Amino acid sequence: MDVRAQLSMVFHLDKCIGCHTCTLACNNIWTSREGTEYMWWNNVETKPGTGYPTLWEDQTKYRGGWELKGKALRPRLGQRLGLMANLFFNPFLPSLDDYYEPWTYQYGQLFSAPQADDQPTARAVSKISGEFLNVEAGPNWDDDMGGSSVYARNDINLAELTDAEREALFRIEQMVFFYIPRICNHCLNPGCIGVCPSGAIYKRAEDGIVLVSQEKCRGWRFCVSGCPYKKTYYNWKTGKSEKCILCYPRVETGQAPACFHSCVGRIRYMGVLLYDAERIEEVAKTPDAGLVEAQRSLILDPNDAAVIAAAKKNGIGDDWIASAQKSPVYKFVKQWGIALPLHIEFRTLPMLFYIPPLLPVLASTGNGKYDLSKTDFFGSMESLRVPMKYMARLFSAGNEEIIKKTLKKLKAVRAYQQAQSVGIVTTSQASALLTEAGCTADEAEAIFRLTSLPRFEDRFVLPPYHREEVIGLTIEPIKQKERVGFGFNQLPRRGP
Amino acid sequence: MLETFLFGVFPYVAFAIMIVGLIWRYRTNQFSYSSVSSQFLEKRQLFWGSVPWHYGIILVLLGHLVGVLFPEGVKAINGVPVRLYILEGTGLALSLSLLVGLVILMLRRGISANVRATTSFMDVVLLIVLLAQVVTGIITAIFYRWGSAWSVQTTIPYFWSLFTLSPKVAYMVALPLLTKLHAINFFLLLGLFPFSRLVHMLSVPLAYLWRPYQIVMWHRRQTQQ
Repeated sequence: MDVRAQLSMVFHLDKCIGCHTCTLACNNIWTSREGTEYMWWNNVETKPGTGYPTLWEDQTKYRGGWELKGKALRPRLGQRLGLMANLFFNPFLPSLDDYYEPWTYQYGQLFSAPQADDQPTARAVSKISGEFLNVEAGPNWDDDMGGSSVYARNDINLAELTDAEREALFRIEQMVFFYIPRICNHCLNPGCIGVCPSGAIYKRAEDGIVLVSQEKCRGWRFCVSGCPYKKTYYNWKTGKSEKCILCYPRVETGQAPACFHSCVGRIRYMGVLLYDAERIEEVAKTPDAGLVEAQRSLILDPNDAAVIAAAKKNGIGDDWIASAQKSPVYKFVKQWGIALPLHIEFRTLPMLFYIPPLLPVLASTGNGKYDLSKTDFFGSMESLRVPMKYMARLFSAGNEEIIKKTLKKLKAVRAYQQAQSVGIVTTSQASALLTEAGCTADEAEAIFRLTSLPRFEDRFVLPPYHREEVIGLTIEPIKQKERVGFGFNQLPRRGP
Repeated sequence: MLETFLFGVFPYVAFAIMIVGLIWRYRTNQFSYSSVSSQFLEKRQLFWGSVPWHYGIILVLLGHLVGVLFPEGVKAINGVPVRLYILEGTGLALSLSLLVGLVILMLRRGISANVRATTSFMDVVLLIVLLAQVVTGIITAIFYRWGSAWSVQTTIPYFWSLFTLSPKVAYMVALPLLTKLHAINFFLLLGLFPFSRLVHMLSVPLAYLWRPYQIVMWHRRQTQQ
């Protein structure tokens, strides 16, 4: 057992209102520079939809993540030699058109235009070339389905649905969607690291944050294709790749990352998970249907004496172990089993988990109204507004049982709480649902409290870093800054 | 006098600038080492430019290197006319394809507004110097046949004499003007090397072929060392 710690995340999708506050908090701190205007390290997508960059989930297009070839796990992008042969032109690299061309407006024109018969206008100009631009797409133009069913229809997760199911989903009065905020998943088996020819990307062993060394990166851009979530970006100005750094300068000083801190819906949770690094490869090779369970088995019980001993042997401090014991992420993912990874079939073992949304699935509109009263909704698949198959494509590599189990528990918790406070549901109905979901009343109460009434320090259980001591004792702080990720002693200018 | 400078002094100046410049840039600004690719901004034209250019130039440079290192071997190959024709023909075909690639890359820098916006002054200088190098090389190959044969008695001994610090300028003086330009331009490229995007040649990531897929860094263990 090789115990390591991972700063891990849970997003509760039922609580997300799609306001993009997280996106802007991140953008204000990290990506409002030349070369990064088009990057959104955090973005919020509407599902069903095509996302950003367009169709990022389609790995036949971008070749991200890993594939199982016989007994070997290989980057979908290609073998090492094949990859090197594509050094001068990567055929699977998403280009600016797949994101969007960043633009601004000629605001100055409004004041400096000469007197004329017409009002002056501020035309759109490209932020890259400065030339006039016909704005045709933006990073979130499929927001709330973008006013048409085009975006939703092109969602590749709907491919397995029958035509009837798909049409049912798109009937305008049935239309349903939910939001899914995305950041770097800080995976255990990252695709970006696996294909980086320079060896510039690395995972920090102490907390699992994945970073790009700006000094070592040579701009070969394979990480951009290799990340199946399209969360590494190429800075066209500096010629280096950049990605979400999980706000490590904030985390190291005890603050939650900007996107977490600013979340209006309070959907985000952060805490430490202990995992067994020895079994990463074995788990990443599990057949699709078993992947979610296999990844869960990788996460270790921080209260287990053997795990604690092994953690200490690996240099994980008592305060980190204590933090792992209080981790809200551990509760949601492992203890209660209601948080699921996004597209685990990419086999990168993402460490960001989503609690799937219950509401858009649950309600039916059989009588033309938004109807929550049906209790047998899992029995009749046609009354579901979002087919189970679709949710399974997103969150469980196609395994519908896992989704059913999760949603059953969420529904039971809701019923339990309704029985307690509103009385729409009777106590016996609620306890029947609880039994069916394999959930105790205490557990339901705990899930309810952490979902609806968490305080700031319940949502973000950040482990104490002791970088200041370690750094001060061993190395000059300025030098240390150079070594880890984004530390600049000079302006990050493009080479001549 | 001019020729003594160009073939006897300039090569050393250029080489010294290259070495000192590379060390200086690597030590002070590793961040600036990058392929500075613009594929992200424009990829259709890039394919037709970048691929023939890179593969062409790698093979042609290797050909030059083999010639310099094993002149006797090349001589032996050229002993049979058919082999000489195949060698020179292949070289010429590669040179023409890389010329096409280079011209496409140059046009692309001008045509695409986004690529133009990311073009530095040195990029333009470099493209012009490279074009001069390719054109003088191709003209030499076509009009002064057969380079792979006569160079064994001229440019290669001159090149080796540079290493023994006793440059035999006389070898070069007798050569045609375009061939001389080809040599001088080469030394110029050496001098430009550390100050241009050419440095990405030093970053060819061969280590990727054998490193493990995953990289995990222990801060604790790193600082204890």
